[in-house]
Amino acid sequence: MRRRLKNVFRLGVKELNSLRRDPVLVFLIAFTFTFAVYTVATGVQTELRNASIAVVDEDRSELSRQIRAAFLQPYFQTPVLLDLDEIDAAMDASRYAFVIDIPPGFQADILGARQPRLQVNVDATAMTLAGNGAAYIQTIISGQLTEFLNRSDLQYIQPVTVTMRTMFNPNLDSSWFMSVMQIVSNITMLSLILSGAAVIRERERGTIEHLLVMPVTPGEIMLAKIWANGLAILLAVIVSLYVVVQGILAVRISGSIALFVFGAALFLYAMTALGIVLSTFAKSMPQFALLAIPFFVVMNMLSGGTSPLGGMPKSLQIIMQAAPSTHFTSFAQAVLFRGAGIEIVWPQMVAMVAIGTLLFLLAMMRFRATMSSAH
Amino acid sequence: MVNKAASIARLTSVSHRYGSVIALDDVSIDIPAGCMVGLIGPDGVGKSTLLGLIAGVRKLQTGHVLVFGGDMGRRGHRNEVCTRIAYMPQGLGRNLYPTLSVRENVDFFGRLFGQSASERTWRIDDLLHSTGLHPFADRPAAKLSGGMKQKLSLCCALIHDPDLLILDEPTTGVDPLSRRQFWELIDRIRARRSTMSVITATAYMEEASGFDHLIAMDDGQVLATGTAAELKTKTSRESLEEAFIALLPEDKRSGHTIVKLPPRRRHDGVLAIEADGLTKRFGDFTAVDRVTVKIERGEIFGFLGSNGCGKTTTMKMLTGLLPPSEGTAKLFGIIVDANDMETRRRVGYMSQSFSLYGELSVRQNLDLHANLFDIPRAEAPSRVREMIERFDLGDVADELPEKLPLGVRQRLQLAVAVIHEPEMLILDEPTSGVDPIARDKFWRLLIELSRNDGVTIFISTHFVNEAERCDRISLMHAGKILAMDVPDALRQARGADTLEDAFIGYLEDAANADASITPDTTPQARASRSGIEAVTSSGRLFDPRRMWAFTRREAMELMRDPIRIMFAFLGPIILAIAMANGISFDVEKLDYAVLDQDQSQESQGFLENFSGSRYFNLKLPITTPAELNRRLQNGELRFALIVPPNFGRDLLAGRTTDVGVWLDGAITFQAETSRGYVQGVIANYLAEFSRRETGREPVAQLAEIETRFRYNQAFLSVYAISPGVLMLLIYMFSAMLTALGVVREKELGSIINLYAAPASKLEFLVGKQLPYIAIAMVSFVSLVILIVVFFQVPITGSLAALMVGAVLFATAATALGLVISSFVSTQLAAIFGSAIIVMIPTLNFSGMLYPVSTLEGSGWIIGHLFPALYFQKITSGVFNKGLGFSSLYQNYLWLALFCVVFWAMATLLLKKQEK
Repeated sequence: MRRRLKNVFRLGVKELNSLRRDPVLVFLIAFTFTFAVYTVATGVQTELRNASIAVVDEDRSELSRQIRAAFLQPYFQTPVLLDLDEIDAAMDASRYAFVIDIPPGFQADILGARQPRLQVNVDATAMTLAGNGAAYIQTIISGQLTEFLNRSDLQYIQPVTVTMRTMFNPNLDSSWFMSVMQIVSNITMLSLILSGAAVIRERERGTIEHLLVMPVTPGEIMLAKIWANGLAILLAVIVSLYVVVQGILAVRISGSIALFVFGAALFLYAMTALGIVLSTFAKSMPQFALLAIPFFVVMNMLSGGTSPLGGMPKSLQIIMQAAPSTHFTSFAQAVLFRGAGIEIVWPQMVAMVAIGTLLFLLAMMRFRATMSSAH
Repeated sequence: MVNKAASIARLTSVSHRYGSVIALDDVSIDIPAGCMVGLIGPDGVGKSTLLGLIAGVRKLQTGHVLVFGGDMGRRGHRNEVCTRIAYMPQGLGRNLYPTLSVRENVDFFGRLFGQSASERTWRIDDLLHSTGLHPFADRPAAKLSGGMKQKLSLCCALIHDPDLLILDEPTTGVDPLSRRQFWELIDRIRARRSTMSVITATAYMEEASGFDHLIAMDDGQVLATGTAAELKTKTSRESLEEAFIALLPEDKRSGHTIVKLPPRRRHDGVLAIEADGLTKRFGDFTAVDRVTVKIERGEIFGFLGSNGCGKTTTMKMLTGLLPPSEGTAKLFGIIVDANDMETRRRVGYMSQSFSLYGELSVRQNLDLHANLFDIPRAEAPSRVREMIERFDLGDVADELPEKLPLGVRQRLQLAVAVIHEPEMLILDEPTSGVDPIARDKFWRLLIELSRNDGVTIFISTHFVNEAERCDRISLMHAGKILAMDVPDALRQARGADTLEDAFIGYLEDAANADASITPDTTPQARASRSGIEAVTSSGRLFDPRRMWAFTRREAMELMRDPIRIMFAFLGPIILAIAMANGISFDVEKLDYAVLDQDQSQESQGFLENFSGSRYFNLKLPITTPAELNRRLQNGELRFALIVPPNFGRDLLAGRTTDVGVWLDGAITFQAETSRGYVQGVIANYLAEFSRRETGREPVAQLAEIETRFRYNQAFLSVYAISPGVLMLLIYMFSAMLTALGVVREKELGSIINLYAAPASKLEFLVGKQLPYIAIAMVSFVSLVILIVVFFQVPITGSLAALMVGAVLFATAATALGLVISSFVSTQLAAIFGSAIIVMIPTLNFSGMLYPVSTLEGSGWIIGHLFPALYFQKITSGVFNKGLGFSSLYQNYLWLALFCVVFWAMATLLLKKQEK
């Protein structure tokens, strides 16, 4: 047993040495966990922020000006004034996500209680923005109307008020969510490719055959790849969390980073095992690449990090339970944002270990089988 | 025949270094034209470097190289003369394309040199006939034996009638019969083209003896030049091998004596190796056919045979790497078992191809193996030192094996194989490509191990003088053992003068029996036509014919890989189905729960507004604030409602009452949505309440705010997502597949053909790109059909506009793949790099998920720096917005610009010479 552990350790050190010798790879890992996380977190807004908006003001009244002025930064860009006939071209070119059309005589009709119609054009191809933005715009316009009418001495008492409070991320700053989800998706992609390609590379160069005649078992070779590649990624994750996420992006992480790192290690175990399984099905690097693409794309997009899991068809939700990334995504959200402890996230951890172990066993079975078929 | 007056190549003070290793040290030499020049010397003395420089495939560092009277440092001259030079690199079939057939390989080279179809046909026929490859014209190169691969390589080199043929160790690793045939072939070709000059590097001194002019090299310097006879006279030795050793500086020569095999002491006990009826079949091909051998302890057993005769497979079965189909193999009396660690520790194995870690230094490789074989910590460093010393690796201990010449790498592999002092060594052609001195040294070590320590040695080799040193040898052919005995007994049995003749006799018998390789020695009638048609179009900057040669070859390789083709087509479809169904921002059934502290009729009425909505999904009620916390924390609820005590009483009394809503802010997008919907429900409730209680219109009803969801009236994700998915999949598959294209050739070695051919970099790049564009377009069409027919997302704009955009986009995406491929050095980095470069900007900054108009700063810039954004505008414009060419033309211009920029970048990054 001691021997085995030692072998796993030594082979892993070899793996790390190999990694160190590939500067492009090291650079890519560093790049994805720093610069890419930063750009995605700061560049992408899932909340309503910096939304592009234009107004066609056919009324030119005090009320219409008041409405225009109500679209404030950081939620909206300063509204641009358009002519009526410019709406189509502007929206076709995706210059604005929202175009509000205030009809002529709007203010007069409001004061006259004639229920004028105000049109909000929404570019509905921007799904992430359209729904929320439209709701916001409605609220803002209603607010302006209320204020305008209050000034016009129309009284109105609200019987029920609502106090909304947001837990875990009070300002709904999407850079929090995006940065952590970017880390999750980086881990998914890197772990799968690194471990699988490491196997293919050894096979293409014949080194794996060499290992297999030494007193080393396939299990040891695989464990070595798992811990070494896992460790490299884990280090990048830790640096990314402390320096980029907490440091530069100033995200308030409510949970325990130690627990997150532990969970990430479990996730890496499962993902690297999956990478090795895939590698046993591929004969060459291009084949492996083709095989890996569907896996990491699906896992990146359907694990709940990009679009909510709840929105997917039930059958797909069930299928995605087999992906370790689904569990890790909800684990990461719970631990980092909601401050959940191990007593809450243990089911996800168990799931990752279970899936990982199944994959590991499958990899073991396939490993030697593919060796003997290699001519 | 030797024309000393003219020189084909002249080197003046040429030096070359790789990092700290000096490969050539101020070499000045004239190489005579029109004759057979041999470059002899140990490994790593700079032979390959010298040949590479003369061929123009290696970048000149210092000094001058004149070939055909022109400066090889000048690109113009290189382009001009490369059609007159043929270069065959080191390594078995390294410049061949394994999946292409014999004919297709040669045909590709013919096309590269711009030959017409009829010219290629007769040239190929001619070459294949004269090399005896004709019967195998349709066999893939991968399935040829080593000797046949070298003949094929030679055909490829000779297709354009070169005036200068450069062969880098062409017969290394080739069996004696094939070797003899190879040189006969060269002689015949030279007889036909007497003006052709040949420069050969070789490790076989017996071959070199037949050359017209020899250059003996050592340590990056030229030791002596002249004919074999001159060298022998100069050193007053009888054989060239001895003459060469005598030429070496004193310190290298010292200690070199002739290897003698002392008689073997008998070891009793179990046999070291016992194979009984060992058989291995791959499909219907029998690689090893009922091999039975018994080898005693301490015996040196030689295993000879042509390449591909089953030697390696036998050895792999003995080591447990391959399970036998039939029969048994026993080592030390124990049946070979892949899981038996103890036996493995007693065996040292060295495989034929280099199989150590290229990215670890020599010392690190030795350390690793010392560790894996569990050499005690205290002993390991001294063992490693001993190995470095014994195998003369001191100078290169901290170098990477990748940068070392073949022979030095073989020495390293040997060192690794014996580092744990095994009781048995299984060595698969350990001395291929190793120079005579190192080979003798190695044999002394083997003999010492065998005679003193009783180590059993099972070795395969091509060197007859090595076979003579074995206790017993066996000769294998086509999976069967032809003969097995003491070397001298075999020679006598055939009545041959030398063991080599005896072997060749056995092999010829066997070969004739199955009528395989019989070179057609009758001169071809058409042979006289060679050289008539001058090579044309070499000087053009961009020759579509050469580009087409690359395209054809890439396409053929792709077609031969059905798995790759299948995935390239099915992958996008499967992904599109998963994504179009899975990525949904349509919010329904947001999970929520209520902490109702009032439990009145009014509170229930209020809450019914939520439970009745299809957007919400009510979970079990919350009873305590702590529970509320916990259930939000574990992600069960998207939001929680708190109805205050006295809600009903206050409401009826007209007092304002405050309802609390706790949102889960972890997933920001969903929190925003929840907030909007909760507000909507409450506004409705208030309106209803107001009408009921006061009869007055609430504020919101003062004006009708009509929200028009343009381009996607139903506001369904599938409409908005599908165009993006189409873009992403075309992008990713195109870029990744192409990214592997160039770097794969770099890793596998066939890139050398680009270095040696008259083709330009752009021809190579665009040629490789075209098949991938074709694949992308097939994918594109199938995806469009999928989206329109199965997802029922109609195309509202111009289909033609979409198609044109797709062609431009696929070109830009594959060109991006070429840039990545030209830049990185490993396939791993290529996959990785393209995955990152494609995925991150596209998912985030291309407008696929998040609108571009809201991007800021670096995100905005990055988005605009990649083609995805522009094609996204086209797909979404055509699918969702009903647009055509007139509204989208700017995007076409951008995509075209990307193509040009990427081509330029790839051309700049791709090297046309080795360093």
